[in-house]
Amino acid sequence: MTDSKYFTTTKKGEIFELKNELNSDKKEKKKEAVKKVIASMTVGKDVSALFPDVVNCMQTDNLELKKLVYLYLMNYAKSQPDMAIMAVNTFVKDCEDTNPLIRALAVRTMGCIRVDKITEYLCEPLRKCLKDEDPYVRKTAAVCVAKLHDINAQLVEDQGFLDQLRELLSDSNPMVVANAVAALSEISDTSPSPAAQMEMNQQTINKLLAALNECTEWGQIFILDALSNYVPKDDREAQSICERVTPRLAHSNAGVVLSAVKVLMKGMEYVGMESEFVTTLQKKLAPPLVTLLSSEPEVQYVALRNINLIVQKRPDILKHEMKVFFVKYNDPIYVKLEKLDIMIRLATQENIAQVLAELKEYATEVDVDFVRKSVRAIGRCAIKVEQAAERCVSTLLDLIQTKVNYVVQEAIVVIKDIFRKYPNKYESIISTLCENLESLDEPDARASMIWIVGEYAERIDNADELLESFLEGFHDESTQLQLLTAIVKLFLKKPTETQELVQQVLSLATQDSDNPDLRDRGYIYWRLLSTDPAAAKEVVLAEKPLISSETDRLEPTLLDELICYIASLASVYHKPPSAFVEGQALVVRKTQLPVRSASGEPGATGATESPVPQQAQPVQQQQSVIPSHDTAMGDLLGDLLSMDLNPPQQQMSMTPAPQQDMGGMDLLGGGLDSLLGGPSPVAGMPASQASMGGGLGDILGLGISSTTYVPPKQVWLPAPKAKGLEVSGTFSIRQNVRYMDLTLKNNAMAPMGDFAIQFNKNSFGLSPASALQVPSPLSPGQTADVTLPLGTNGPVQKMDPLMNLQVAMKNNIDVFYFSCLIPIHLLFTEDGQMDRKVFLATWKDIPDSNEVQKEIANPNQLDPKGISDKLQQSFIFTIAQRNVDGRDMLYQSLKLTNGIWVLAELKIQPRSPTMTLSLKTRALDVIPQVQQAYELIIANM
Amino acid sequence: MIGGLFIYNHKGEVLISRVYRDDIGRNAVDAFRVNVIHARQQVRSPVTNIARTSFFHIKRSNIWLACVTKQNVNAGLVFEFLNKMVEVMQSYFGKISEDNIKNNFVLIYELLDEILDFGYPQNADTSILKTFITQTGIKAQVTKEEQSQITSQVTGQISWRREGIKYRRNELFLDVLENVNLLMSPQGQVLSAHVAGRIVMKSYLSGMPECKFGINDKLVLDKSGRSDDPSKVSATGKASIAIDDCTFHQCVRLSKFETEHSISFIPPDGEYELMRYRTTKDISLPFRVIPLVREVGRTKMEVKVVIKSNFKPSLLAQKIEVRIPTPLNTSGVQVICMKGKAKYKASENAIVWKLKRMGGMKESQISAEIELLPSDKKKWSRPPISMNFEVPFAPSGLKVRYLKVFEPKLNYSDHDVIKWVRYIGRSGLYETRC
Repeated sequence: MTDSKYFTTTKKGEIFELKNELNSDKKEKKKEAVKKVIASMTVGKDVSALFPDVVNCMQTDNLELKKLVYLYLMNYAKSQPDMAIMAVNTFVKDCEDTNPLIRALAVRTMGCIRVDKITEYLCEPLRKCLKDEDPYVRKTAAVCVAKLHDINAQLVEDQGFLDQLRELLSDSNPMVVANAVAALSEISDTSPSPAAQMEMNQQTINKLLAALNECTEWGQIFILDALSNYVPKDDREAQSICERVTPRLAHSNAGVVLSAVKVLMKGMEYVGMESEFVTTLQKKLAPPLVTLLSSEPEVQYVALRNINLIVQKRPDILKHEMKVFFVKYNDPIYVKLEKLDIMIRLATQENIAQVLAELKEYATEVDVDFVRKSVRAIGRCAIKVEQAAERCVSTLLDLIQTKVNYVVQEAIVVIKDIFRKYPNKYESIISTLCENLESLDEPDARASMIWIVGEYAERIDNADELLESFLEGFHDESTQLQLLTAIVKLFLKKPTETQELVQQVLSLATQDSDNPDLRDRGYIYWRLLSTDPAAAKEVVLAEKPLISSETDRLEPTLLDELICYIASLASVYHKPPSAFVEGQALVVRKTQLPVRSASGEPGATGATESPVPQQAQPVQQQQSVIPSHDTAMGDLLGDLLSMDLNPPQQQMSMTPAPQQDMGGMDLLGGGLDSLLGGPSPVAGMPASQASMGGGLGDILGLGISSTTYVPPKQVWLPAPKAKGLEVSGTFSIRQNVRYMDLTLKNNAMAPMGDFAIQFNKNSFGLSPASALQVPSPLSPGQTADVTLPLGTNGPVQKMDPLMNLQVAMKNNIDVFYFSCLIPIHLLFTEDGQMDRKVFLATWKDIPDSNEVQKEIANPNQLDPKGISDKLQQSFIFTIAQRNVDGRDMLYQSLKLTNGIWVLAELKIQPRSPTMTLSLKTRALDVIPQVQQAYELIIANM
Repeated sequence: MIGGLFIYNHKGEVLISRVYRDDIGRNAVDAFRVNVIHARQQVRSPVTNIARTSFFHIKRSNIWLACVTKQNVNAGLVFEFLNKMVEVMQSYFGKISEDNIKNNFVLIYELLDEILDFGYPQNADTSILKTFITQTGIKAQVTKEEQSQITSQVTGQISWRREGIKYRRNELFLDVLENVNLLMSPQGQVLSAHVAGRIVMKSYLSGMPECKFGINDKLVLDKSGRSDDPSKVSATGKASIAIDDCTFHQCVRLSKFETEHSISFIPPDGEYELMRYRTTKDISLPFRVIPLVREVGRTKMEVKVVIKSNFKPSLLAQKIEVRIPTPLNTSGVQVICMKGKAKYKASENAIVWKLKRMGGMKESQISAEIELLPSDKKKWSRPPISMNFEVPFAPSGLKVRYLKVFEPKLNYSDHDVIKWVRYIGRSGLYETRC
């Protein structure tokens, strides 16, 4: 049999010839022709013109031919929906066939034909097949429900297929159970509707655990993945699930092993921390993880990425297994790089000698990336294990002596970090570093060297000459800021000889540069130096905070989330699924480990670091004295708007700053437009102002009291700006679900339809959790109220102002953009009640510099009880209360959806119209918003 | 789950393209070709994300296989599936090559239709698949009993074996295959050593036989309290061994192994891998390499390497090869060896010394003079001396204690089954630094 000949027909008139052959009377010829069609389809040729001819071949008792025709159908049905209906009869008939293989084939293929009309015909056969006597048909039908749900979710729910699927969980055949689990999990992952959620109770869990022992390797993976989403009631249940899953660790399929590891890692969180059970389980986890490293390299890679997470979460598991992560000569590069990462994580005082010896070997390999990473690894070892620092530094010096360009540069970058970690210890090597100045051509290495020279200017005799030589290459933009700071440092240390140099750099920075950051920093230095050199010294030469020993750890909340995704793509990318999966309505429960670990088990999670959201923009470098001025445009815009608009704007910073992708000018133009042509501002209801998304304070001040406070709707998108579509809206929380409530009004002459909505990346990752459901068409003059459930797992980007949300709305006419402000209390979560002890520890732990006080009004002069009740409704929880000198102190906590905790102390003076609110948090940016939320909630009692 | 599966030749031409989900478009096929196959760089990761689409790819001989998805799929499952797919194709038509794939594309589409449904892997066991998907097209006319038999096997609890297998002669072969890995210091100190072993079974047994398999695993023996039976002492003189970790074919009842430490299963028909294991303790190293390197001035080096075999004199090692690396600036080599053949291979920068066979407790040596070109390059980093060999015993000391076969329904007993056991120890990375 040589089918390859079908790949070679490329002559002209081919389609016509094929058409003839397809209509031939001879069976063999027909089959040959269909094969040719499939071959053409494979290589990407368009053979859709043959649709009717191919479909005609469907009526056959030759199974092979039938399958080929089906394959064609699945590919082209979408482009020819009307013709696809022609095939329906055959499918329906085949679903009644006596041969179970044919019944299954029909139902399997039918689900793959993604034509809306066909779904009506699919329902009946599918219902029958779900109850078929043959397990092969049932297992195929189970998957078909997921297919149908993907095409038409509503239909699946209405037709009761979900219940039928749930029944299949108790099927006698393990493969049917596995497929039913897979289908249900997928449906509950993609559907926002509560009816579609997979209910997991003890009974289902037991059924799944029973099926686990008997089904195929793939089925075991489906079941284990579903089990990992279950939240056990108590220790005992968690323990028994773990016990029954543990044997899977000896399965030869790495997928099964990894999924079992996920279940166990999650399970351990529910069992008491110190329990013996966890200790033994941890011991059992090590060998299978090591064994994964002898599988195919691709599987090794997946395993290593996961091990990287596991050693961060539970370092004990693999602490004795350092040697297996040593790089082998023949490992593919991706395996080598991952092993290196894990080696550093496992490095301790005991094994450091061995690790260093290995790293030194690696630094002489050929692959540039690998060598660089090895050099960096040596530096990280120095920072991590203090006792080894000296040896690491001397190893690095050896490497610098090799004069291999990229090795030298990488070494200098890490030595800078070593200097910062151990000040005044290794500066003796500076002279060696200086010998290599000429070879530095990478920005990072240059910047590091410049920093070193500036920082230790007093010890380097010719520091001025060195910096001067760098100054010659000032046009290289990547190191300008660094060089400016370094020269100012030098001047402060050796003012007499370097006056000329500093003047030169200041004038270069302020006059010859187009970079506003650089210019501003130049001006600040200049003014500082000219007005108060002593103050300049204090600012520029301030003591730098030490860098922590674990610089590249994942942020704890992200780590916890990723632990829940072990084995999946998220664990390979080390990113939450929302970062790479489109339009996902993630179910929050899945991504949460129990609170115990989230609130910080310092030993196990190392969660002492601040819970700043991971994707938020990098924190300002400590050395840069002035914050970079990306808000400059925003302020300007704010000035402009407030001048034009008149109403008092207490929140200047709340006016929207233009973001690159929306275009600042556009927004400004829009604002003016609405001012001229839009509805005139009504007193008390600043509609036009709202249309520009400004003034949260004003809007909120108008509030009506309700359980969780819902601001009134405001016009976000005025009709003239959006070709007749007017959008107004607000935000609310109902039953723990966040909603955007919108009113759409059609002011145009023609009906509108095909509405869709999308959010830009925003500070808190708000994203639509389902598609926008607008009754369509929206006829002229008609108004529609719609609610849009929101998820908080969307892409994150820090916005300015922080609460800004940019929205794109589409209809059949065009795409429109507008922006609005999210009230921060929308993001308070119901699990924001901190444990008393944790509260106390956290309060102490956060530096006092992060505490902000403010007097806020208490217009109704409420008593502490009233206040705390009211706040609790908005998820601000009172942890403790005490009375000091006649004043009541309330200690409160709240948590934002991205895991930021805010702690508060509220001082209430009896019979006083004001009280003092002190807020403490690691993420200072949210403080103004939280203060407002307090004022607002209290004012609206 | 998996959104689509593509197979390409080394030029990036599509041989097979099967899309399971709507979110994967035709442009994904091209995106992979442009960004991965045609990329200049070597593959930096087996998972590539292009425009929010993730590609899981493996390359076998000259053929690329890629699974595509836009969802957060189980990555372990995807790669295991790809490897399984390769295995299935190999068992149907042999080597994975462009010609073989083109010649069997209809078959491959049929297989893909069967083993992946909406991107969810289904039963992919070849022995079962072969009962209803054949290279000569599907058996169209099968009796009703046969149909239901097929479907119950595909979905059955014992999905890896079909019923009604009959042999006139019940026979089974067990191969204990071990790879012994070593890294030794020049002074003869073991830096690291481990054995990666596999037990491969070929079974030709009738019916649905229940098998019980026993090895000299320390845990099991200690548990059963059996005293060391002198007749069961292995070639290396150990009674029992400590296994670090082991994994089993899906036929083995894992829960039973966890609780009772007994390996019981109903085997698939034909050849398959029953078990893999890893040991690190008390490995008997079949060979010891003693290097002696002397640099005589700047342009000359003397190398002497002695190998000693360390196993029973009655056994014979085969396919022995010692690879002695030479500096990059070598200009000429003179080799003297008493046994075997030695040759300097300039392209590989090494002296390769081959011996057909060597008995136990023997010694053999090679000496070489290496002439060097004067060079000012950095010092030669002296890569380790590596060795290849094959020995007829298991370096870990693993012994098969028993394999019992029970088939209550058919009238043959354990005694009627002819059993063959073979031990082969091979070198993995067997290196001595010099």
